[in-house]
Amino acid sequence: MTTFEAILLTIVTASTPLLIAALGELVAERSGVLNLGVEGMMAMGAACSFAAAVTFDSTLLGVGAGILAGALMASLFALVVLGFAANQVGSGLALTIFGLGLSGLIGAPFVGARRDPVAHIDIPGLSDIPVIGRLFFEQDLFVYASIALTILVAIYLTRTRSGLTLRSIGENHTSANALGLPVWRVRFWAILFGGACAGLAGAYLALVYTRFWSPGMTAGRGWIALALVVFAAWRPGWLLVGAYIFGAATVLQLHAQAAQFGVPPQVLSAVPYLATILALLLLSLRHGRAIGAPGSLGVPFVPDR
Amino acid sequence: MRFELTPRPNVSPVMRALAPVAAFITAFLIAGLVIWLMGRSPAAAFDVYVLQPLSDPWSLQELVVKATPLALIAIGLSYCFRANLWNIGAEGQYVIGAVLGSWLALKTHGTEAGLWVLPLMLLLGIIGGALWGLIPAFLKTRFGVNEILTSLMLVYVAQLVLDYLVRGPWRDPKGFNFPQSVTFDPSATLHPIFEGGRVHFGALFALIAVLATAVILGRTLFGYRLKLTGDAPRAARFAGFSSKSTTMAVFAISGGLAGLAGITEVSGQIGQLQPSISPGYGFTAITVAFLGRLNPIGILIAALVVALTFIGGESAQILLKLPLDLTQAFQGILLLCVLAGDALVSYRIRFVTRGGGK
Repeated sequence: MTTFEAILLTIVTASTPLLIAALGELVAERSGVLNLGVEGMMAMGAACSFAAAVTFDSTLLGVGAGILAGALMASLFALVVLGFAANQVGSGLALTIFGLGLSGLIGAPFVGARRDPVAHIDIPGLSDIPVIGRLFFEQDLFVYASIALTILVAIYLTRTRSGLTLRSIGENHTSANALGLPVWRVRFWAILFGGACAGLAGAYLALVYTRFWSPGMTAGRGWIALALVVFAAWRPGWLLVGAYIFGAATVLQLHAQAAQFGVPPQVLSAVPYLATILALLLLSLRHGRAIGAPGSLGVPFVPDR
Repeated sequence: MRFELTPRPNVSPVMRALAPVAAFITAFLIAGLVIWLMGRSPAAAFDVYVLQPLSDPWSLQELVVKATPLALIAIGLSYCFRANLWNIGAEGQYVIGAVLGSWLALKTHGTEAGLWVLPLMLLLGIIGGALWGLIPAFLKTRFGVNEILTSLMLVYVAQLVLDYLVRGPWRDPKGFNFPQSVTFDPSATLHPIFEGGRVHFGALFALIAVLATAVILGRTLFGYRLKLTGDAPRAARFAGFSSKSTTMAVFAISGGLAGLAGITEVSGQIGQLQPSISPGYGFTAITVAFLGRLNPIGILIAALVVALTFIGGESAQILLKLPLDLTQAFQGILLLCVLAGDALVSYRIRFVTRGGGK
């Protein structure tokens, strides 16, 4: 395997958790709920999945625990923002603070443990094609699942009745409620889906990307996923593009650090964060305002009777 | 069964004031449950977290020391939150304030610099924090970029700036390769208020900020303008208040106060620059601001209460081997309870049992 191929493969690995977490957040935001707790849910997903995978020596159980942890965190958020109509920005932040703290508690006993690499799927014949063979036909299952999930979410949002309901609730919850659409129920499931995805993304980080657990290992990826949703103008297709651009930026700065160009490593480490700001700025320059944002995004819903 | 939220027509001020107290008790009960689930005694934890710090004069001083940056930052954030603007990058503004202020301390290190050093350092701290805070404000007002994400991204950048400086150009050459700067000269150190005590003059700054904010919010046009911008943006526009200049102003104020907190902490408490100069004060201050109901006096009380969890957390780590992360988890739960409590004050929850399905 050449270095070039290796870099391409790591870009895919780095992009996948961003894509999965952002997809979940995209669905929640299309239903009108802004959940700033992605980072916390992801951290919980990482810690719980790693703890379960090591304890039971099973990647499958680990992934399940990660998804469950993310969904549980999301249901806590749903209780506060839907049940009590609390401020979504503040509650999301609180969820992140809580998740980062709790994940530290859960993960602490597992510092130092390592997991074996996850099996890659090898499609005989196709994976032997130079360069693109390994890139397209010999990834781990999560990579294919994340692509499939992107397509499914896109189809769900644009081609199904239930997706249309979700979008109309996100655009204007008062009108949707007047039409008899179940605002709370749809939003609850959308938030839960977002949490499950964030948890899965965290599980991927711990079980595939690093294969160990360390405190604060999400390193702002949850926030980058949030920015990706804005960057993608709330469209799943663009999310795929955005996630891979960011994955590439992350991996390339790591390689640049290893190559020691004489640039301080901190400057390169700042690249993903600065790139996020730049991406948001470029987007605003092109469209003036955050285009495609659901009309009721972040507004608490209290039905007038 | 389902439930309905109906707005309460009039909310008594007593209830509004009691909501954070109820939220705090709820958060405490949840934390107790978690500790119990971890197989520890909640009673012992309560003793270490709350009773011991409050019964020991040394810890009481420590309480004020920890509450100082929290109050300073949270007071600043209250300006933003009142105007419905989300500056969540106070941690970064704190770091940059500390960096810019420390620059002068390191420049004058070893020289016979006089009394002017310290005031100028504090001023540089304010300027550094304000400038760092103005970046997201500028991006928002000029280009419409969401301030939540940009202010947060700048936290990571600020921490990397600090990391670079203390490992690179600002590292103490005689520091055995530890990533830290030289220890500040006495002329660059914020001294204790009482000889031999722990509480330094930063606590006074926090008090001044609280009082000034109480006056500004209650007695000036600017305070009214903030309230109007947050509660009724359209009305504020009709009244001729520019939302752009309000945005810039509140970000500059909150950034400046966070920067002041940063340089105060480094100069009065740590005494040198190191890679980590904050146990997350900038984020915890968000909890403090809401726990204090965005009210200056409320924030002062909230800062002292939350500072208690930091001190309790540190001694619990030593005495009960309870990890420090527990404190952070508690602060998150506390913020959730406060926000839910706010909603419970504004809305009445009614359970409706007829009809079955939603």
